[in-house]
Amino acid sequence: MNEPLLRVRGLQVDFGAHAAIRDVNFDLYAGETLGLVGESGSGKSTLARALLRLLHASQGSVEWRGQDLLTLSAAALRAQRRELQIVFQDPLTSLNPRMSVGDTVAEPLKIFEPRLSANGLRLRVGEMLERVGLSAGMAGRYPHEFSGGQCQRIGIARAMVLRPKLLICDEPVSSLDVSIQGQIVNLLLDLQRDAGTAMLFISHNLALVRHLSHRVLVIYLGRIVEVAERDALFAAPIHPYTRALMSALPGAARAADRVPAAGLAESVSPARLMGAGCAFRDRCPYVLPVCETTLPPLGEVVPGHRVACHRSHEALIPLSFAP
Amino acid sequence: MTAVLEIDDLCIRFAHRGAAIHAVEQVCLAIAPSECVGIVGESGSGKTQVFMAAMGLLADNAAASGSIRFEGMELLRLDAPALNRVRGSRLTMIFQDPMTSLTPHLQIGTQLAEVLVCHAGLPWREARSSACRMLQRVRITDPQRRMHQYPHELSGGMRQRVMIAMSLLCGPALVIADEPTTALDVTVQAQIIELLRAVREDSGVALVLISHDLGVVAGLADRIVVMYAGRIVESAQTQELFRQPRHPYTAELLRCIPSLAGPPLARLPTLAGQPPRPGELPEGCAFAPRCPRAAERCRSERPQLLGSSTAGSVACHFPLPS
Repeated sequence: MNEPLLRVRGLQVDFGAHAAIRDVNFDLYAGETLGLVGESGSGKSTLARALLRLLHASQGSVEWRGQDLLTLSAAALRAQRRELQIVFQDPLTSLNPRMSVGDTVAEPLKIFEPRLSANGLRLRVGEMLERVGLSAGMAGRYPHEFSGGQCQRIGIARAMVLRPKLLICDEPVSSLDVSIQGQIVNLLLDLQRDAGTAMLFISHNLALVRHLSHRVLVIYLGRIVEVAERDALFAAPIHPYTRALMSALPGAARAADRVPAAGLAESVSPARLMGAGCAFRDRCPYVLPVCETTLPPLGEVVPGHRVACHRSHEALIPLSFAP
Repeated sequence: MTAVLEIDDLCIRFAHRGAAIHAVEQVCLAIAPSECVGIVGESGSGKTQVFMAAMGLLADNAAASGSIRFEGMELLRLDAPALNRVRGSRLTMIFQDPMTSLTPHLQIGTQLAEVLVCHAGLPWREARSSACRMLQRVRITDPQRRMHQYPHELSGGMRQRVMIAMSLLCGPALVIADEPTTALDVTVQAQIIELLRAVREDSGVALVLISHDLGVVAGLADRIVVMYAGRIVESAQTQELFRQPRHPYTAELLRCIPSLAGPPLARLPTLAGQPPRPGELPEGCAFAPRCPRAAERCRSERPQLLGSSTAGSVACHFPLPS
């Protein structure tokens, strides 16, 4: 078995008294795409930022090729960051409006390859812009002259110009129109294949995650509730939350035991989260008394498929989806 | 049957740096009583502007020509007091972002009751109790308590329910819902769609559902109208449209939606290029530069929308076979 590139153990992020991420454990391997799925407020972006130390984690470790990123000195962390890059959701606000596109893509090179000549820099930037489907001649233009999809290409060029080993994509296509989404996702996949980059792909869109992930993590209110290989997860999702997410997708067929999304409570009061017990219990159609008192551990149901639910071993009717 | 809303040859132009930008061109559309019509298009396709014109909510630099008739009135030529009597009562709109469309410093109950006080002339007491009943109808739990809460105390889905309640208070003939679930999570989105379906069945109100998401529209609409670059390119009964799209743009759009069914794909299907910027429309068909079926004629001659509202219509020189 290969050593994982990234090994996350017991990660916790607190915002005041509120824990936004709790006891998160997972591994990510070289060249792998790990999908991270959850609703807004589930902690997806917080987790991404904590991994890169853009946010302070209060507990746990993020081991990157054997080194814990959370305890590195600022200088040592900075050296590691050339291998760890991120693409943000909003392509416009994540670019500096007063910086030309060429300068935006050149900045990481100036920091990490300071000996590059002006001419070499221009060539590398031009090459990268071409690689993401723009032209080298556009380097002098500014973000407002580009469409949303083109701005996202620029954000990807900035992230990939150093050929990082890990790329975190935080909802990279959710602000784009459907006809543009596929172009951007395919571009990410091509770049990933060429550079052998591992990818953490964050999205609320399960159908999208299904097409590009090797494994999928489902996160609910800061905890992982289900992890599995892509095909296993979509063929037989086990956690009621995962099942609810899948059956709520428009176009999902009415399976016999479709989790009634209409019966899912909309939200839970934060006070209820503080107590023991499963965080999903107030919305769960299958709740038992034990769910009120005991937090279900993330246990292996079948090899490679881990679920945090007291009823995860009960037989479930498979969901089916209309074409 | 006479239509509730009848839009005829609607054109909307925005004055921008001395030039006119054509945002909506020659849109014709009729909505029958109790009908649910989905309006689908990408951002910038003009789908929202058509209905902003109907509500008299176009930006100051916009000019609309053509005609929008609602219950015998010409909305484009109505003066402000007359328009104010219609909108918010017989013709109402639900917006995308339920946070910014509610007033942050007024209690939910006050905002709802105000609609009945202004439009129906009810005394505040009665208006408040009607408002409370309406909250119950949109399945808000504990409506008495919610009446005294402020928008920030409610979740996104709850706020959207309040907006739906508000839109129904005066017994409208037509509700326009502009991306009502786009800001919400999928599980909450499914609940709001269920609610809109129930509202239609109970009250028989006509509904226009504007969305960029064909999947959302599919579950509710009787008929779907597809817009591209300011024009209607296809209109068909929902099942027909999904079974056999006629316009290449509709077909490409359907092909591009990632699905939970079928084998997972290594690469997603794509539609090359991007929609034209308003103001930079090509001479012929606006979709021609991205169209797999485009021929010489498409680049020089703009196709007209042909067909009927019942059998479906398409604006394409080389439509897919029906």
